[in-house]
Amino acid sequence: MTATLERPVSGPRGRTTVRVGPVSVLLRWRQLLVPLIALVVLVLVSAVSIGRGDYPVAIPDVLRTLAGLGEGPQNFIVLQLRAPRVIVGLLVGLALGVAGALFQTFARNPLASPDTLGITVGASVGAVAALVLTGGSSVGALLGGFGVPLAALSGALVTGLLLFLLAWRAGVDGYRLVLVGIALWSVGSALVDWLLTNAQVYDAAAAYVWITGSLNARTWDQAVPLAIALAVLVPLSLAAGRALNVLQFGDDTARGLGLRLAGAQTAVVLLAVALTAAAVSAAGPITFVALVVPQVAVRLTGGSRPPLLASGLLGAVLVVSADLVTRTALPEALPVGIITAVIGAPYLLWLLVRGRRQFT
Amino acid sequence: MTTDVLPDPAATSAPAAGTVRLAAEQLRLAYDEHVVVQDVDLELTDGSFTAIVGPNGCGKSTLLRALGRLLRPAGGQVLLDGRAIARTPTREVAKVLGLLPQSPIAPEGLTVADLVARGRHPHQSWVRQWSRDDESVVAEALEWTDMAELAERPVDELSGGQRQRAWISMALAQGTDLLLLDEPTTYLDLAHQIDVLELVGRLHAERGRTVAVVLHDLNLAARYAQRLVAMKDGVLVASGTPAQVLTEELLADVFDLEARIVPDPVTGTPMVVPVRRLR
Repeated sequence: MTATLERPVSGPRGRTTVRVGPVSVLLRWRQLLVPLIALVVLVLVSAVSIGRGDYPVAIPDVLRTLAGLGEGPQNFIVLQLRAPRVIVGLLVGLALGVAGALFQTFARNPLASPDTLGITVGASVGAVAALVLTGGSSVGALLGGFGVPLAALSGALVTGLLLFLLAWRAGVDGYRLVLVGIALWSVGSALVDWLLTNAQVYDAAAAYVWITGSLNARTWDQAVPLAIALAVLVPLSLAAGRALNVLQFGDDTARGLGLRLAGAQTAVVLLAVALTAAAVSAAGPITFVALVVPQVAVRLTGGSRPPLLASGLLGAVLVVSADLVTRTALPEALPVGIITAVIGAPYLLWLLVRGRRQFT
Repeated sequence: MTTDVLPDPAATSAPAAGTVRLAAEQLRLAYDEHVVVQDVDLELTDGSFTAIVGPNGCGKSTLLRALGRLLRPAGGQVLLDGRAIARTPTREVAKVLGLLPQSPIAPEGLTVADLVARGRHPHQSWVRQWSRDDESVVAEALEWTDMAELAERPVDELSGGQRQRAWISMALAQGTDLLLLDEPTTYLDLAHQIDVLELVGRLHAERGRTVAVVLHDLNLAARYAQRLVAMKDGVLVASGTPAQVLTEELLADVFDLEARIVPDPVTGTPMVVPVRRLR
C-alpha cells in the first residue's frame, strides 16, 4: 500500500490529493489551515478565560491542570469552578456554528439560522414557561436545576419538528423553510412576550437573563450531557458534508447527481435542529453565533458553502471570547449573548465591505 | 487529444444499435390533480439524438423531468434499460443518465473546476473521494468543453454561454450514456445557442451519448437532432425525422402558425419561415 501526495500538474492551486490504497481525498489547504488556526486560538482563549478571575492562574498552570497534572487549590478552581463554564461555552459555540452552517447550506440562504428559523425562540418559550408558570414554588426550585434546560430542549425540538413538518412538501424547499421559520419565530416571540407580561417581576428577571443567553453558574451537569450529544451529532454532521456539496445545487441537479434528496434533507434539518436544541438547553439562546459564524468561516476558507468544521471551531472561539470579555473587561457581568452580537456583527460587516464576494 | 479517459459508451458498453435505452409507457404526469402529460409512449434508442418541441406549456419539460426520474408518474412508467426507473436507486440512475435542468443555479463562489468535479458524485464514496479516474475525467471534460482556462473562475462570474458550457462539462464528467437537457439554449444569443448545440452534437457524435433535448427553436432542433418529437396539450402528436415532423400542417395544428417550410440553405434540413399567427 503506497501513499501518494500529488500536486495537480495544472490548474487548481492550494490543494493536494492524498491517495492511500483505495482511499482518496482532495485536501484544500485553506480549508485545513483555518480550522487548525481556530483550534489553536480556541485553546489559548479558553486557557486565558480559565486563568482569569479573583484568583488568577497562569496559562501554563491552567494547561498543566487541564492535562491532569495540577495540584490542590488550583485543581479545584480550574477543574470545578472555571473549566465547566468555559467548556459549556466552547461546546455551545461549536454546536451553533455547525448548526448554522448546516441550515445556511441547506436553505441556500445565509439568513437561515436557528435564530431566524424560530428554533431558539421555541427553546425560549419552553424555558420561560418553565420559569414563569412554576415561579416561586418548590416545583420552581426543582425546575431551576433540571426543568429549565429540559423545557428549553423540548421547546427547541418541538419547534424544529413543526418547522420540518410545515415546510415539508415532497421534500423541503429552502425558501419555504425560511418563510415557515419566520412565521414560527413570530409566534414564539409573541408567546414569550405574553408569558413575560404575566410573570412575577422576579421570575421575569430570571427569564430575561435566560433569553439573552448566559454561561453563568454552568457546571459539569450541563457540560457532560452537552459533550455526549455533540460527540454523536458533530461527526454525523461532518459525514453529511458530501451530501451538502450536492444539496446546495437545485433539487433537480442534486437528484440528477444521484442524491436521495428527501433522505438527505431530513437528515440535515434534523441534525441542525438537534445541535441547536442541545446548545440552547445548556446556555440559552446565544444569538448571532449560528448566523454570523458560518458566513465568516466561508470567507476565510473560500469555497462555495460554509465549512462545517471551521464554522464549529470559530463558533467556539466566538462564544468563549465573548464570555471572557463579559467576565473580565466589563464592569458588570453582561450575558454572553449580548457580546456575541457586538463582536460578531461588526466583523461580518467588515468582511462584507472588504470582500469581493457578495452577500447572497 | 491523445488520452481518452472519458468512458466512451459507444465503445465500452456497446448495446446493439437500436436498443431502447429509455422508454415511456402510457405515461401520465400530473402536478397534484392537474394532468399535464398523458398517454405518452416514447422510446429513445441507443445513440439517438432526439429533440422534443412544442408550444409553451405543452408539457415537454415535464416529460423530460419524468424521463430523468425527477417526477413520479401518475400513471404508466418510465423504463431505463428495461427497468422501471422509479424503482431503480437514484445513484444507479445517476451513473447512466445525466440531466441538465433549465437554468441550473450554481452556488456562489463555486469554481468551474469544482462544478465539473461534482459531476463525479455518483461515482464517489466517503472513502473514495477523489480517485485518479475522477481527476483525469474532470480534466478531460474541462479540456473537451474548452473550459480548462476558466477552471478556477467562479461559475457565477461567467457569461451565460460559458456557464452553460461549464454545466455541460459537468454532465460530461458524470460519464453517463444518456443525457437529458431542458432548454439548454434559454437566454443565450444566437451565436451561443449554436455553440451549445454544437457541443451537444459533438457529445452525441464523438462520445456516442444518447441525447434528448427540449428545444424552443424549431430550426435549430431540425438542424441538430435526428429525430423530432412534437407535443401539444400534454399529448405526443408527431414523431419522426425533422422532415417528417416539420410540415406546414403540423405547424398550423400544433403552434397555430401559418408558415412555409424551405430547405435550410446550409444543411438542407427543414427550415420554418413564419407567415402569421393563426386563430
